[in-house]
Amino acid sequence: MQRMGDFRLPPFFNYPPYFTLQPVRETREKQVQLWKDLILDYCKSQKIYIVSLEEDFPLFSNPKIERSLSYEAKEVFLSALVNEGRAEWMDKGHKKCLILWMRIQDWANYILNFVKENGLEDNVMTVEEIRSGIETRGTELEGIDRGVLMRALKLLEQKGKAAIFKGTSADDEGVKFSA
Amino acid sequence: MSAAASAAAGDWLPAAEVTESGRPVLTAGEVERHLVAQADLEPEESPRLSPLRGRLLVLTSHRLILLHDATRSARAIPLAAVVHAYPPHRRHGNNPLRSIFSSSSSSSSSSSHHPRVRLQISLPPARSEVVAVVVTGKGDAADVFYGRLLEAVRARAWEMVAVSAAAATTAPGGGGSLGAQGAAPVVEDLAIRMPVVGVSGILRMEQEAWESAGQNLQDAFQDLNALMSKAKEMMELAEKMRQKLLTNSSAQSNSNDEEMGSKQDMQDWLLSVGIVSPVTKETAGALYHQQLSRQLADYIRTPLEKAGGMMALVDVYCLYNRARGTELISPEDLLQACSLWEKFDVPVMLRKFDSGVKVIQTKTHSDDEVFARISSLAQKEDALHKGISPSDAAFTLGIAPALAKEHLLNAESIGILCRDVSPDGLRFYINLFNEIDRQNIYLAKTHGIYHTWISVTPASSQ
Repeated sequence: MQRMGDFRLPPFFNYPPYFTLQPVRETREKQVQLWKDLILDYCKSQKIYIVSLEEDFPLFSNPKIERSLSYEAKEVFLSALVNEGRAEWMDKGHKKCLILWMRIQDWANYILNFVKENGLEDNVMTVEEIRSGIETRGTELEGIDRGVLMRALKLLEQKGKAAIFKGTSADDEGVKFSA
Repeated sequence: MSAAASAAAGDWLPAAEVTESGRPVLTAGEVERHLVAQADLEPEESPRLSPLRGRLLVLTSHRLILLHDATRSARAIPLAAVVHAYPPHRRHGNNPLRSIFSSSSSSSSSSSHHPRVRLQISLPPARSEVVAVVVTGKGDAADVFYGRLLEAVRARAWEMVAVSAAAATTAPGGGGSLGAQGAAPVVEDLAIRMPVVGVSGILRMEQEAWESAGQNLQDAFQDLNALMSKAKEMMELAEKMRQKLLTNSSAQSNSNDEEMGSKQDMQDWLLSVGIVSPVTKETAGALYHQQLSRQLADYIRTPLEKAGGMMALVDVYCLYNRARGTELISPEDLLQACSLWEKFDVPVMLRKFDSGVKVIQTKTHSDDEVFARISSLAQKEDALHKGISPSDAAFTLGIAPALAKEHLLNAESIGILCRDVSPDGLRFYINLFNEIDRQNIYLAKTHGIYHTWISVTPASSQ
């Protein structure tokens, strides 16, 4: 089975029409579906949050069969994710896309679970600690996109499960979890 | 005399064959000379003979054919039977009294004001009749018809057929070249004995020139001249072709059998495509497009069947014009002729693909059959691996690449195929998207086309 790094690629990754935007509606729907799934799987396994259309993205080309996605095709597949709430355009020009392989809601639940499992209720953690601290090592939170994390935390704050407060500098925000 | 009687009438005249598209079947060497859209035929002396009304009048070099379009039946007067033709006149001008009576008695009132061309004909066995052709068209239609009729009668083309047929059967061994001997039976098989226009006409003249040893070329072309009004262009063309055949025959002595065979093939082929009497604006006049349309429908069926039921309009244009020889038609005429098929009951139709490509196909042609062939083509091991290009499909299906591409696009649109655009161009693969299980993208079913594809694709089975 073909691999990309430690990611296992499905057989149809070598199917040349997979890389050509299909003009027939039904065929395209199926193709878009397969691409959406693959992008989310890949980003999740590689902990990728941002996909730039103008830079090389390993998943969007297959050197083995010498095929790669056109700009238009990339935009179509990512837009499909955006429409489903699994991604967001980061600019009006649709050049960068934030991939939510876990929805904000799911992130919030994940954080809450993490806090409970580690007995961190009523503790204060800085945002940086969550992203790169020793406690979150080996979990999905390791290296989480700052923007995604902040939105998840704000969601928790709205629900009264956390309180965000500013530190001395803008980079140094803290969060206090409550059960 | 009622209309019903007139439709079935005319059994006192010999019947004439009509094609499926409603065109008269011409005999060998017979050429269409003129058409009149609406005419009646009235016997003037024998009241027991019923008149023929509302017929399409087709004047050929051999016959005067009265075609009834609704029933696709026809009767004909052989021109050989025409003893005398009288110039057109209007009946009421000659005999005002009779005109008054006839208009009140309603018998032949409809045609009494139209010009009549009276013909004295001799019907077998040794019976003389006088019939009147009543031309119901406007203007000088009757005069034109009369002029053409006189020309045709005076040309006595039917006698020439008899003479040439006799010549062909009595002097086969006397011919000079190998080519002439080999081709002569072919000519007879196809019953194209005396074509006077079209490629076959030129070749026929060529054959005659070979066969008659003492006769020089100039004489042969003078005969042609007598038959053809457009002799000058024809002669130039025929001269060119003769030169070509001459150079061929001089090279024949040291060429191998294969080359000779292909030359023979070429000649057979040229003979087979010739239309002996193409519909022209000159002969058909206002009926031009309608008659062209019918003739095209008759002509195109054989090539269409050979091509698998569908041909690109461009190919049809080339083929049809080649068969016509010198009387070429314009693309607009062809298109107009094709679009008229909707109005006639003919077995062929014009079809426009979404891409704008126009084709001619038989009405029985089914896309499903084509799709089945494309589908099996796309599932061959090589095609699973590399896809199929329009030219691959054209080669396998035996059709033009432009047409093959249309078929592929059609197959794509119904989900049989999907496309691959790469620097190598546009290729089509069998559609696997629906075979892939979204829930389990790594595993394929142990049977089915997706499984087959994985097993034959080296890149994915590693």
